[in-house]
Amino acid sequence: MPLAETWVYPTTQGLFCAPGNFHIDPLQGADRALITHGHSDHARAGHGHVLATAETIAIMKVRYGEACAGLFQTIRYGELIEINGVVVRYVPAGHILGSAQIVLEWGGTRIVASGDYKRAADPTCQPFEVVPCDVFITEATFALPVFRHGPVGSEVAKLLQSMTRDAGRTHLIGAYGLGKCQRVIKLVRETGYDKPIYLHGAHVGLTRLYQDLGIELGDIRPVSEAAATELQGALVLCPPSALGDRWSRRFGEAVCGFASGWMRVRGRARQRGVELPLVISDHADWPELIDTIVATDAADVWVTHGRDDALVYQLSQMGRRARALSLIGRDEDAE
Amino acid sequence: MHHFARLLDALSTHAGRGDKLALMLDYFRATPDPDRGWALAALTDGVPLQVPFRRVLSNLMAQRVDPVLYKLSRDYVGDTAETVALLWPENGGSGRPPSLSEIVQSLQTVNPRALEPTLAKLLDASDGTERWALLKFIGGALRVGVSQRMAKTALAQLGGRDVGEIEEVWHALKPPYVDLFRWLEGHNERPATEGVPVFRPLMLATPIEEQDWPGLAAGDFAAEWKWDGIRVQVAATPQGVRLFSRTGEDISATFPEIAGAFSGRNVTADGELLVLRDGNVQPFNDLQQRLNRKVVAPKLMTDYPAHVRLYDLLFVDGEDLRTLSFEQRRQRLEGWHATAAPRHTDLSQLILFSHFDALTALHIDARAAGIEGLMLKRRASPYLAGRPKGHWFKWKRTALTLDCVLMYAQRGSGKRSSLYSDYTFGVWREGADNQRELVPVGKAYSGFTDAELKQLDGFIRQNTVETFGPVRAVKPELVLEVAFDAVQKSARHKSGVAMRFPRIHRIRWDKPAAEADTLAAIVALI
Ligand SMILES: [Zn+2]
Ligand SMILES: [Zn+2]
Repeated sequence: MPLAETWVYPTTQGLFCAPGNFHIDPLQGADRALITHGHSDHARAGHGHVLATAETIAIMKVRYGEACAGLFQTIRYGELIEINGVVVRYVPAGHILGSAQIVLEWGGTRIVASGDYKRAADPTCQPFEVVPCDVFITEATFALPVFRHGPVGSEVAKLLQSMTRDAGRTHLIGAYGLGKCQRVIKLVRETGYDKPIYLHGAHVGLTRLYQDLGIELGDIRPVSEAAATELQGALVLCPPSALGDRWSRRFGEAVCGFASGWMRVRGRARQRGVELPLVISDHADWPELIDTIVATDAADVWVTHGRDDALVYQLSQMGRRARALSLIGRDEDAE
Repeated sequence: MHHFARLLDALSTHAGRGDKLALMLDYFRATPDPDRGWALAALTDGVPLQVPFRRVLSNLMAQRVDPVLYKLSRDYVGDTAETVALLWPENGGSGRPPSLSEIVQSLQTVNPRALEPTLAKLLDASDGTERWALLKFIGGALRVGVSQRMAKTALAQLGGRDVGEIEEVWHALKPPYVDLFRWLEGHNERPATEGVPVFRPLMLATPIEEQDWPGLAAGDFAAEWKWDGIRVQVAATPQGVRLFSRTGEDISATFPEIAGAFSGRNVTADGELLVLRDGNVQPFNDLQQRLNRKVVAPKLMTDYPAHVRLYDLLFVDGEDLRTLSFEQRRQRLEGWHATAAPRHTDLSQLILFSHFDALTALHIDARAAGIEGLMLKRRASPYLAGRPKGHWFKWKRTALTLDCVLMYAQRGSGKRSSLYSDYTFGVWREGADNQRELVPVGKAYSGFTDAELKQLDGFIRQNTVETFGPVRAVKPELVLEVAFDAVQKSARHKSGVAMRFPRIHRIRWDKPAAEADTLAAIVALI
């Protein structure tokens, strides 16, 4: 049985599968790219050939244009495809719409590249599935034991309470534009809130795409088309960077919130000047990371991006082989 | 506990002063005694608990979290109480966390050996926010952006009183302040302060304006130098001595030699706290070395000897002198000091003058170390708390100004967080072969109107050359005329100088940056 690190390893382009001659989530311009999900630090434009779920391909086209790769090939969850003798399968990762873990089998070894993932329920995407494997490649965005994200229900309740209490003030919530924004809308809709929800221009395209792909999000409107009076007391979602920006001044004394796993730590909320921190994460928290790794029963764990020091330490304490891959080009903060 | 935790949580995320006051007021209204009093203690002087907090916490955590992971977490979070609160095993809380008074009671009466299990039980009964609040409550250092003064202002609002009245009784009271709340809510008389060294609200001066002069007669006023230290009040009674800052904060522990000098006396006196060497007042920078320290090393006291230059007497041997005129109080001050003469004190001398022109000449020359300008005090005025108009005037020496170049800008906080409102500016340093480079000499956040702030913000966004987090480096093109009170040598600044109280005087949209001032021009002012 060939050692896993002799056939899957990092290159300057990203994670490379040698016998298959393809990269997973590579930097720009790879000949053949297998893409886990649509976030911009994983899905980039300019590859010769892209293999991804239909949703991920649709997201890439909205972001980078129809012709952002030479050739697109769609793969369904569970479907088996052979590439130069490597058997490839995509399995739901529970991270955002269309997100997948990529399962590689070759020479009797199974490697799972999980991309980004979470275990908590998310009404906008399929839940994570555990695939037993020899090597599990994991992210580590929230790999510190202080990150234990509670149930999102109470965070949504906190938002709605604030909107009732400060009914005259616009609630301006910073949320990452792909996945988080749509999940927050969906969670709010599930409570029965049926008023229009307003979006910063940067969030409109991908949200429309979610709707086109069958995620019901109700009445969504761009801020730019709303009258000032409509926005009083309304729920508005925007990129986190817009919270302290000139754009935000039009809402007057808005209540500023931020939906992110980082909000678990007060200092991070204060740093952002956030009055309403909402702990809603699309990444696994510390217990989810550990539980998932244990569930895959992988003897080897490779850690890609985030707090690899704490996770590698913890896994070696648990008697597993773990090492940091230090892939370049991954965004460790966007959440 | 639950409500206190909610209060602290809200205080930590609401930046505005008005919001914070409203949150505290709501809490004080809705919470019964004695819990609200314990909360008040946490927000002001601290809860009087003798808990070896660090040791207990580290023992507790050692049993529950791997030390390496604890350290990585602590480094990331940056606050011990919060780290512990986040790491503590989640038991879902008991649904009924203990009240603040139950917490105080159990920790005050606990056998030291049972301290750890007691605290563990309290933490087990709480959810995440409550654990954080509990640890802040016990450990102090809340870090929720509330000053003592702000908490007392909320109390004043509760009782429809002036914050000065709160200050006046404050130091005679102890947590959980039940008498204080009963008085504020109209159930009780004002709490008695007899015999306790308490803070008396200060009489403050207003800046003298050009239009004030014609209405003033030289014979009605006494003049003193305005010393460049910090205003203090010493209150000594047979029960003890306290040194208060201008806002009524007890700073006795920071200046034990002053407290010691007044031991056994029975007076309340106002003066200026200074660092004095061989009878000479040292720059404010020296005094700064002594401020904000809880523990004072003997070496610090020898290197930066503290001194109070007295200028008013409010009480002596239980007699309230505040209704007397300034002139009468001054006589009593001189008489008392001549015999009592506490160490580390002297009197602020009166400056003799017959007409204001003579003072003007003195004022212009007033650039000696430690002098900020002149004070004019009406001879007939009683000691009036606050800033009554027409009684005391401060006549600061005219500010110095220099033309500096805007180098960096940073986002403000609170309402200003969408604007670049904090400015770092520099002047030209001329090196060898006539090379010129800008070196930063100070930072200013004030002195401009809202309209000017918007203009500055626009300029910064259009002229950014680099961004580091909240800071932008801008093209060195805009000249700011900066006003300041003095310049001092500073090892901390790359330029070697630091301005005191810099503020934007004018924005010189018209002036080319190349014509801004040089470092040599600043150094000449030291
Ligand atoms: Zn992602
Ligand atoms: Zn990622």
